Amino acid sequence: MLLLTCPHCHVTAEETEFAPGGQAHLKRPQPEAGDDAFESYMFTRPNPMGVHLERWRHAYGCGKWLIAARCTVTLEVFGTYPAQTAAPPAEIVKKIKKKRPEWEAPA
Amino acid sequence: MSDTATDLSTHRSLLRIERVASQGMIALRGGLGSAALGKGLRKATGLAVPGLREIAHDETGAFGVAWMSPDELMILTPPGVVHETIAQLHEGLAGNHATLADMSDARAVFALEGAPVRDVLAKLCPVDFAPEAFPAGAFRRTRAAQVAVAVWFTAPEAARLICFRSVAGYVEELLCTASAPGGEVGLYHR
Repeated sequence: MLLLTCPHCHVTAEETEFAPGGQAHLKRPQPEAGDDAFESYMFTRPNPMGVHLERWRHAYGCGKWLIAARCTVTLEVFGTYPAQTAAPPAEIVKKIKKKRPEWEAPA
Repeated sequence: MSDTATDLSTHRSLLRIERVASQGMIALRGGLGSAALGKGLRKATGLAVPGLREIAHDETGAFGVAWMSPDELMILTPPGVVHETIAQLHEGLAGNHATLADMSDARAVFALEGAPVRDVLAKLCPVDFAPEAFPAGAFRRTRAAQVAVAVWFTAPEAARLICFRSVAGYVEELLCTASAPGGEVGLYHR
């Protein structure tokens, strides 16, 4: 069971109040990038054992999207931030690095 | 708007559960921080924009404003003045970006009253209902079993719960089941 804090309504709720939305920070390729790039964008997802940046929606609460930085092994949540963020904020990266020094933010 | 209130008093229950008929509800979406919205709202309802996850009522209790999300408020009105209030808000918000919708028929309202009200709600919602964690004036959107609801307290032992009208029958049965005698849990009320 995850306890996530919504960065929009600042409520800390358990995961059944949220709906998962898959990998965060996906970048859509340019139209000329070719089929392989689009296939990868559409279907290829990492399934990491460890730190994962993941989209969630506060479905039963304020209805807004957020991104949770969490560990898929220990279920530790490093932090959450609004989904309207292109890359993980420095403060979240710092928190993750403190616990998982080997982790690198996705490009 | 439906005028019939369901009589739930025939159910044996630890609470007094009543379906509230004719609650006027208006959804107002817009930038909650904008001065124009605050002014328009005050003009139409006499109330200010509530704080994060809060609900405010006027002295008579006729009007209320609840914080639904960072860009949405729910305005509670007496049933007869919904259209009038929307017209006043339209006037007050003219020239500013905001949307208004009459949601009175879209949602169902339940009034729950009785000493174990927090226990009954805690059986259904993943929320801390301890009086210090959930005081009067707090407003929480969450789920009750499988459907979305919003809850607030009107008195220490009286709560209001709203849900979509399409699932009102489900919520009614949930509340009756969770409040049936013999189902006391003694979490907040001993």
